[in-house]
Amino acid sequence: MAQTVLHKANTRGVANHGWLKSYQSFSFAGYYNPERINFGALRVLNDDIVTGGMGFGEHPHDNMEIISIPLEGELQHKDSMGNTATIKAGEIQVMSAGTGIYHSEYNSDPKNPAKFLQIWLFPNKRNVTPRYDQILLNDTDKRNEFVQVLSPNADDAGVWIYQDAWFNLARFDAETTKNYTLNKKGNGVYVFVLSGQVEVNGQVLDTRDGFGIWDTNNFEVKAVTDAEFLMMEVPMEF
Amino acid sequence: MDIIEILIVGTNKPIMETIARLIDKDGVWKATISFSFTEACEACLNKDFKLALIGAGLTDEEELDLKNQLNKLKPSLPIVKHYGGGSGLLFAEIHQALA
Repeated sequence: MAQTVLHKANTRGVANHGWLKSYQSFSFAGYYNPERINFGALRVLNDDIVTGGMGFGEHPHDNMEIISIPLEGELQHKDSMGNTATIKAGEIQVMSAGTGIYHSEYNSDPKNPAKFLQIWLFPNKRNVTPRYDQILLNDTDKRNEFVQVLSPNADDAGVWIYQDAWFNLARFDAETTKNYTLNKKGNGVYVFVLSGQVEVNGQVLDTRDGFGIWDTNNFEVKAVTDAEFLMMEVPMEF
Repeated sequence: MDIIEILIVGTNKPIMETIARLIDKDGVWKATISFSFTEACEACLNKDFKLALIGAGLTDEEELDLKNQLNKLKPSLPIVKHYGGGSGLLFAEIHQALA
């Protein structure tokens, strides 16, 4: 029988630094909740709003897969591998920190905030050569389908990472129901609602709620209202 | 208040220095940097560490050897990965290990 965990939006950690407002689904920085450390290989899910012209100064990472999904606005990225790029809504960025990288991210628009999801996964391979990639997501305007935006395979849709993880973005019309079949035995799925109301395995989720489900091969997702959501399939043991 | 000694191990010098700065900044924790398996083992003989943080750079064999060695020297010592400090993960990992 499937096991589940529900994280209501208003139970997330909140950090307000003036230039940054961050809603944290799992323990991060000043937010520490021993019941909320990770969901399998998913360690960080931050829902960030960065004030215009502000951003994260240079900071290090190692041995972590770091995925950024802009929701509104744009972020300028610079890293110690020499990459300089701007990412905006409709794109996805991935970094494999491997043996170590430094990077910074700034909202290059002085007037408007940038909203984005910052997602960190534990890798399945340590000490790899750091890598960076970003792509334009061409199919996210498709409705009533799971649109794959990340996988472990370089030749598959979306970006790839060093982990047996699959991410799908979905925009469903109200009353649309689909069945999701997991790609790999032992994986679980963390569903994060970006907008609207969704029912997963019988549990109704509101905007910014998170819901983890594992010990199952498939489950049903229904849009109660028009809804947009991200489904992160990750290994539960890693 | 006793200062909590924390051993950090990894080979990326700028990252190790950043992590040490983050750990040291409030005066509650004190970081000791080791850049190798040998340095880490020596450090353990000289200080009563409450936590060991392991980062990138050691091979899988070195990491396993280090864990085994630290376990022999001090079986109760928690050993966790530090992921380079990042923009906030470090403190949650430390709090969790010391809880």
